[in-house]
Amino acid sequence: MFSGFMVNAWLIGTIVAVVAGIVGFFVVLRGAAFPAHAIPNGAFAGAAGANLIGLNPLIGLGVFSLGAALGIGRLARRGRADAVTALALVMMLALGAAFLSQSTEYEPEIFSLLFGEILGVSRGQLVPVAVLALVCVVAIGVLYRRLLLTSIAPEVAAAVGLNPARIETMFLVVIACATTMTVPVVGALLIFTLMIGPPAAARSFTDRTALALWSSVAIALVTVWVALACSYQTNWPVGFFVSVVSAAFFVAGRVYAWWRHSRATTDRAPLVA
Amino acid sequence: MSWIVEPGFFSNGPVHVALIVGAVSAVVSAVVGVVVVVRGQAFAGHALTDVATTGGSASFYYGVAPVIGFLAAGVLGAGAMDLIGVQRLRGRDLATGIVLSVATGLAALFLYLDATRSATTGATQQILFGSIFTLDSSTIPLVAAMSAVTLGVIAVIYRPLLMSSLSAELAAARGIALRAVGLAFMLALAIAVGLSSIAIGSILSTALLIGPAATALRVTRRLRGAFVVAVALGVGATWLGVLLAYNSYYWFPSSQGLPVSFFIVALVFLAYLVSGSSTLRRLLRPRREVRV
Repeated sequence: MFSGFMVNAWLIGTIVAVVAGIVGFFVVLRGAAFPAHAIPNGAFAGAAGANLIGLNPLIGLGVFSLGAALGIGRLARRGRADAVTALALVMMLALGAAFLSQSTEYEPEIFSLLFGEILGVSRGQLVPVAVLALVCVVAIGVLYRRLLLTSIAPEVAAAVGLNPARIETMFLVVIACATTMTVPVVGALLIFTLMIGPPAAARSFTDRTALALWSSVAIALVTVWVALACSYQTNWPVGFFVSVVSAAFFVAGRVYAWWRHSRATTDRAPLVA
Repeated sequence: MSWIVEPGFFSNGPVHVALIVGAVSAVVSAVVGVVVVVRGQAFAGHALTDVATTGGSASFYYGVAPVIGFLAAGVLGAGAMDLIGVQRLRGRDLATGIVLSVATGLAALFLYLDATRSATTGATQQILFGSIFTLDSSTIPLVAAMSAVTLGVIAVIYRPLLMSSLSAELAAARGIALRAVGLAFMLALAIAVGLSSIAIGSILSTALLIGPAATALRVTRRLRGAFVVAVALGVGATWLGVLLAYNSYYWFPSSQGLPVSFFIVALVFLAYLVSGSSTLRRLLRPRREVRV
């Protein structure tokens, strides 16, 4: 389980989990679940297009996810953000369908772009993933205070002179960067799950921002490790286990939050009465 | 003439089915879509297509009729979103996201099992992208009947639905059961989306749900007008898209046409972009500037 091709899978899985835990924390905080779904899912069209004209799929992914981030950011200023995101997503998917209709690529290629093949990662893929991961983490570090302010206290952010639309676009670009790095190795669907489930669970466990951020990373790591181990044992897709484990964490977080809340209210009840 | 309509367009069986089913789906999607866009539930509307698709891949595995899988998964997904908290604006995207991620995880599993068991090629592509041209004409009555049910539900809850969408406080003050109305709408949405994703594919389902409605709401202020404009745009884009896709078989020497979903989505997207241009807005909505 810890030899040969599995070593690469463990390494990549760990990198992806750290990035997803950090970026996902802000996805959940800002309610940006839809763009976090749309950008990776639509970017696969870019890979299909790059394949068609004989380019490296990574370039296609990068161009499409960056284009989607900037396009959504720009169009959302003058329209409803969710409708714009949906339209950008279907436009990219339709382009992907058009590219696929012109290529002779066969089905497993599509399957792996959507669901990933983390078990087939080569050593050569580790370097670009690690570099892009570092870029994402540094970008979040630089934007940290601005992201927090614009999502938690918009009034304060406005008073300080921050432009929320610009921050949002920058954040979407970070998502695009994370997408480009993760889609070829773990697939579009898995990265979305990792950016939603663990951070949402983490926020139910604690109200403190920094602690929630770190628990989000920790839960994402445990999720990926458990999923990899289960997938190795059963041969079932990693994505399935990732979504099951992260959903279990989310449910546990909700139950814990409910229990804490109900205990707090019963403790306080005599004071009120 | 053949430059506009390539030979055989009007006598082609699959084209007839595509035109009819496409129009029915476009009408239902446009009507439901206006409410979806007003309520800001585009994410849920899109996510339900993926959830329904999961049902499709599950029914493929268990050998059940796909329609049942699509509809059952859609309804279950809508119920789960409502349970987690689709009503509260803040937690709504999150609830949708959680349901979506579980559904896609299950889809990954079922597609894997489908592939390992039957080695049926094309299943993934068929389920994920669908095609209006490969529709079985026997599905028309079912699609039409379920569409009528969806439109009926919308008509029955129309007034409370609109009021709760436009102002939740006002609706609550008038004694409207927000939760019940919201759940009824989510179920209608799930059925509409499940149907359209099996009939025209999941990409087109979202495109026809959100595109015409969002465009219509940009060019007209009145809600009733928005319904009419959205339906016209949806049907127009669908028919023109089918025509272009049919013609595109003659465009390339390889006679490898472009998919119909590509044309319809491109038309819908173009309409949205054009409706945002300031010249068009000024033409459609003459407004007297108030100068002080």
